[in-house]
Amino acid sequence: MNKPDPIKRVSLVCAKGGLEEVYPALILANGARMEGIEASIFFTFFGLNAIIKKTHNNLKVATVGNAALNLAMPMLKMPITMPFPTIIGAIPGVSNFATWLMKREMEKLDVPPVGEFLEMIDDAGAEIYACKMTVDMYGLKMDDFVPQVKEIMTVSEFYEKSAGAEIIFT
Amino acid sequence: MATREIAGITVEIDEDGYMADHTQWNIEMAVILAKEQEIEELTDRHYVVIEYMRKEFEENGTGPSIRKLNKQSGVSTKELYQLFPGGPAKKAAFIAGITKPHGCI
Repeated sequence: MNKPDPIKRVSLVCAKGGLEEVYPALILANGARMEGIEASIFFTFFGLNAIIKKTHNNLKVATVGNAALNLAMPMLKMPITMPFPTIIGAIPGVSNFATWLMKREMEKLDVPPVGEFLEMIDDAGAEIYACKMTVDMYGLKMDDFVPQVKEIMTVSEFYEKSAGAEIIFT
Repeated sequence: MATREIAGITVEIDEDGYMADHTQWNIEMAVILAKEQEIEELTDRHYVVIEYMRKEFEENGTGPSIRKLNKQSGVSTKELYQLFPGGPAKKAAFIAGITKPHGCI
């Protein structure tokens, strides 16, 4: 039996802007480049948070309405099965604490903060795009974005750029 | 364990084809392994990466992440991709005679 062809290009779509929602796209893009796979990330809707100069280094972990926070319980020396009540997540400072905790754990694994990560994947040759429709909706301009953003493009341009790529919605 | 010959010496290799015992490695092998990865000539900058990877492997039992390599060896991400096109961490590990890196970063 023939081995399936290796993946040559990936186009990632990042539509959410929580810290734990942005990291997967960044890690997949970087990992692709490490394997010699061409990669791009199309940031859209709340995902734009990750590439705006003023916000990209202040992304937060959502502690309200996040039913999977039990996964973080072992970091607090509690069982992984223990649910995290959303009402506690609403207390001021709890989201900041969860964010700090996640950043600390990521640092231990040598995962860089978002700003440094964007530089790294740009240097690695991945391409970073912002979605035109949502850029217009939020009233943003090219100047509002980190310098690694290569282009603001429409959905149709995104599909053109993604010719031959696997499109992955993170 | 499988073996192969590199530069006239029989060495052990793992299932991915990487050298299983980094102490068997020498510079002549690096040149041959580099050609297999389509790198025709190893420059001083390649050797900076190779030496750093071997040092890291000896200390920690695994190759470094790209981020650590940037910060500690002084070779930037851009340069690393130029030196080892198409998969820097894996190619550099292969040429440096250490096992395939297991990190995701």
